[in-house]
Amino acid sequence: MSGFGGFVLRRAVGTVVTLLAISVIVYVVFYATPGNVAQITCGPRCSPEQVHQVAQQLRLDDPLYVRYWQFLVGLVAGQDYSTGTSVEHCSAPCLGLSYQSDQQVMSIILTKLPVSLSLVLGAMVLWLVLGVGTGVLSAWRRGRFTERLLTALTLAGWATPVFVIGLVLMIVVCGELQLLPFPQYVNFTDDPEQWAWNLLLPWLSLALIEAAAFARMTRASMLETLAEDHIRTFRAYGVAERTIVGRHALRGALAPVIALNANNVGSAIGGAVLTETLFGLPGIGQELVHAVDVVDLPVVVGMVLVIGFFVVLANALADVLYALADRRVVLT
Amino acid sequence: MSEALVAAETPGTGIEPVPGVSGARQFWRRLRAQRAALVAAAVVALLILVALGAPLLTAIEGQDPTTYHPSLIDSARGGVPIGSFGGIGGHHWLGVEPQTGRDLFARLVYGARVSLGVAFAATVIQLLVGVVMGIASALGSGWVDQLLSRITDIFVAMPLMIMALALLAIVPSSFPRPVLVTLVIGFIAWGNIAKIVRAQTLTLKGLDYVSAARLSGWGTWRIARRELLPGLAAPIITYAAILMPVNISIEAALSFLGVGVKPPTPSWGQMLTAADVWYQAAPQYLLLPAGSLFVTVLALTVLGDGVRTALDPRAASRLSIGTGRKREAKAAKGETEAGKSASAVGKAATEAGNGTTEAGKEGSA
Amino acid sequence: MSLVQVTDLSVEFGDLRAVDGLSFSLAQGAAVALVGESGSGKSTVASALLGLHRGTGARVGGSIEVAGVDVQEASDDELRRLRGAKAAMVFQDPLSSLDPYYAIGDQIAEVYRVHTRVSRRAARARAVEVLDRVGIPDAQRRSRSRPHEFSGGMRQRALIAMALACEPDLLIADEPTTALDVTVQAQILDLLHTLREETGMGLLLVTHDVGVAAESVDDVLVMRHGRVVEHGAIADVLGAPVQPYTRELLAAVPRVDAPRAAAAAGSEAAPGSEASESVVLEATGLRREFGRGKRAFTAVDDVSLAIRRGETLGVVGESGSGKTTLGRMLVGLLEPTAGEVRYEGHARVGVRPAVQMVFQDPVSSLNPRRSVGESIADPLRARGERDEKQIRGRVTELLERVGLEGAHYDRYPHEFSGGQRQRVGIARALAADPRVIVCDEPVSALDVTTQAQVVALLGELQRELGLALVFIAHDLAVVRQVSDRVAVMRRGRIVESGPADEVYDNPRDPYTKQLLAAVPALDPQVAARRRAERRELAAA
Repeated sequence: MSGFGGFVLRRAVGTVVTLLAISVIVYVVFYATPGNVAQITCGPRCSPEQVHQVAQQLRLDDPLYVRYWQFLVGLVAGQDYSTGTSVEHCSAPCLGLSYQSDQQVMSIILTKLPVSLSLVLGAMVLWLVLGVGTGVLSAWRRGRFTERLLTALTLAGWATPVFVIGLVLMIVVCGELQLLPFPQYVNFTDDPEQWAWNLLLPWLSLALIEAAAFARMTRASMLETLAEDHIRTFRAYGVAERTIVGRHALRGALAPVIALNANNVGSAIGGAVLTETLFGLPGIGQELVHAVDVVDLPVVVGMVLVIGFFVVLANALADVLYALADRRVVLT
Repeated sequence: MSEALVAAETPGTGIEPVPGVSGARQFWRRLRAQRAALVAAAVVALLILVALGAPLLTAIEGQDPTTYHPSLIDSARGGVPIGSFGGIGGHHWLGVEPQTGRDLFARLVYGARVSLGVAFAATVIQLLVGVVMGIASALGSGWVDQLLSRITDIFVAMPLMIMALALLAIVPSSFPRPVLVTLVIGFIAWGNIAKIVRAQTLTLKGLDYVSAARLSGWGTWRIARRELLPGLAAPIITYAAILMPVNISIEAALSFLGVGVKPPTPSWGQMLTAADVWYQAAPQYLLLPAGSLFVTVLALTVLGDGVRTALDPRAASRLSIGTGRKREAKAAKGETEAGKSASAVGKAATEAGNGTTEAGKEGSA
Repeated sequence: MSLVQVTDLSVEFGDLRAVDGLSFSLAQGAAVALVGESGSGKSTVASALLGLHRGTGARVGGSIEVAGVDVQEASDDELRRLRGAKAAMVFQDPLSSLDPYYAIGDQIAEVYRVHTRVSRRAARARAVEVLDRVGIPDAQRRSRSRPHEFSGGMRQRALIAMALACEPDLLIADEPTTALDVTVQAQILDLLHTLREETGMGLLLVTHDVGVAAESVDDVLVMRHGRVVEHGAIADVLGAPVQPYTRELLAAVPRVDAPRAAAAAGSEAAPGSEASESVVLEATGLRREFGRGKRAFTAVDDVSLAIRRGETLGVVGESGSGKTTLGRMLVGLLEPTAGEVRYEGHARVGVRPAVQMVFQDPVSSLNPRRSVGESIADPLRARGERDEKQIRGRVTELLERVGLEGAHYDRYPHEFSGGQRQRVGIARALAADPRVIVCDEPVSALDVTTQAQVVALLGELQRELGLALVFIAHDLAVVRQVSDRVAVMRRGRIVESGPADEVYDNPRDPYTKQLLAAVPALDPQVAARRRAERRELAAA
């Protein structure tokens, strides 16, 4: 167990290092780009004087590493920003101020986060249940009609981009059949039932493609496990096939599924951006698309970092879970 | 159970070897055995032809993807195409785009160019970067491996869609967009392939035939080229087959969000941006690009599964659509005995019987 | 009524007939062995007894009756009630045969509960009971461990415990000791013997090793290509084989108690005392560590040895003894942590053509994507030979020298059998014109008749070319048959070394004695005597 503790610690340190490296890369890439940030921020009709003023305000004249260092300091200790007329304090963890609205990036993110978390976590439950269930069922019923049907459905789900599923669902369910109103985000704390109903279609659109990925993965992993020797042992001892599939094969098949779930957090967040844009949900993704549109760099950088933080965290968690699930894994 | 397989080979020595088939021939034979993969291959071939022949096809139709046809849309009704079914007719085979009146067929076939081209080029970049990083890291000593593996981890952790979205925003719009999308996808999402190549190279490096090559007196470079690279071909091709459809989806998604390929260059994803508004008046404006995306990704995925099955029969039992051949599955099972080595080289193990368990006993101690 | 009655059994996989017209019976409490080389169909028979071919696409013909159940006609449920309860199976590889995710006690309890309607707690208690029975110390605590926390021998014991749980009438053991070291093998065979004495259950033993059969059974069936070649009491079949194949098989089995066959002629031809001058390869104080910090361990520790021209040094040891690591250091594939290897008196770093290696695994030792000719030509090309004609000529010559045909140049490894591939490996080693060849378990993956041929080939080449051989193996009998001198390794050290006959006939080190006592004897009577000796040794 001491080895395990050490493993978790090493993993934690590795996570912090990775996050730092990502922040450096993101910062350098975004703030050292050829385009004149001040010009873009100020708008096309600004005079050179105005542009210069904006540049000064944004401290764009400082060398990059100084700005990065200040950014890090802000992240840990908070920072004061002068917005021309007044000084605003941005408390730690400070990701800077929006060029557009002078709002703190962190508070923008915090207001949008519940929407995105509702979307992603809800969809995750859905895709895990759907995907793993389908995968197990088609591995168990291998060679039969059920399996063929499930395989075809899975492939179809896999081949349909998130926004296509979303579009079709919205048009059919809300437009033609009018089963549901067009989704409008309602806070969970305000009305849980409405929250769920309004998120149903976004959940479905985001979950279907991921569920397909999981079904493929689970099925493959199940079949691989079912071909292993210890499964043969239990067959030779008269254990029922149902027990073998549900207990022994599933247990062995879960580890790679956990790993896949972590790897897919990144792509799921990408899918969430699409879903939010499509359904008009006021989450991080929609805000990011907006910020990209108006080249609001602090917001873009802040969001990329926050999302990166979640992805890296998910990966690290998955590593730990994976090691817990399969103690045979060499801990390095 | 593996005995069933071993029996296929007559035991003992001094017996005439079986007339063999080379790796490539075996690959084609196994690929041809899968009907779904063949259909998918035909679809993919057709798509490639359409993409390559886009100028020719539109010339036959007599249209081009960028010309506006204001006369064909009803501005009074908000830009709905005039005529039934969104203006389908002899001049415009699939009708015209709402609001602009651009020819849909032309935009669709030129869109195929962008979709396939971007996805293909991005895949090539991913493979190049991934393979170089993977091999360098596996062959590099100590700190080189450490460093490269860390860098790879960082890129694995980067959410592609988000990074792409952000990056596409800051590059001046004068930069050609399809190229930009290609570069962004290619240079961000290579982490997984680097990991796979590294792991595979490490496995191969431990094989006895690599040791034998070292004993022959060859240097590292020659061994990497002659002994390692061919062994990496199968996993690399397999992974490329997975990447292609994913890249198509990503390009479509970025264009859909309005940061990828921008008008007037057509792209399937971008065509869908406004499609939901027009689905009643011109359903094909939604259905055609959506359907094209679906068919393309589906065909590439099925073909990818087929290629993987043909390259690695062990995977055959797992991915085939219910018609896995028992013998091959068995063969694959025996192979696990011989350890990663055999599955790595992706060929049927022939000596997986009683004897090889010894192989696992001492290992490399 | 007999426990097992098999009549005219045939098993086909596709168009391949793995078992053909096999009949035998096994009386209540009796023990029968199926002996054969790989591909003889023996394991297929074992699986057929439990109806394990059902649903796999194999066609099973003839009739099988086990403990009163007609396996061919029984319903799935009846079959399940037979499996484990009346007839239990022990598999070859105990690690992969147990579920890695569950505690051993739980797995045994699960199986037990399938066949008996008892509480979870009672089943768990039963599991501890049988684990204790098979000699697992501290069974209560160990029953909570998972398979990878057990050693190989302990795992096999656990698997046997699982088989015992429901007190079956028949135990089917499919190569139960093949994956184990020789001392552990002896323990497992002794355990099976004791259990049979105590419970009176029948035993069907499937093995490739005639010695293992001689230790354990009353009757033997010798199988080849799916058919029974010879059938009779074990002492008769082994003592006076009737069929030519049986004779051939027995002749090929290396004997640990007989001096080297060629030794009489060899020792005179081989340079005697003056040979000490001609040491080709010498290792002094070799040490190799793996890992760092807490996880560091020493695979080879202070090993010194010398190999003279034209002689064979046998290095024998069990798994984990460091013999493979030693071999890799001798050829330069691994750098020692301490000590040095001297070739003809000069310290050496890295590989050199004069010291070559023949590898264990004929599957992984040849690049599957290159023709065997190209692989053999590697040392020639690396040396700078550019003349294609010359290369081809030399490779053809080498192929013929190792008993293959020159026309095999353009064939690929998968077209060859294991024995042939090992010959290719030898040819490749020879291409470098070596003075020393280190053979790392060169025959352990081969059937015994093939094994004998490859060993004979190595001997011929050695005499002809004056090669020095280092023969690394776990099989004591094979090592005795090829070696002039022997070094016994244990935990990275050489515990005993000397002329082969001296070490084998008068072992001084207790470990060597233990090893030798564990080797299965071909004579059932000797086997029984040895078993008694082992008990004494263990008691001492």
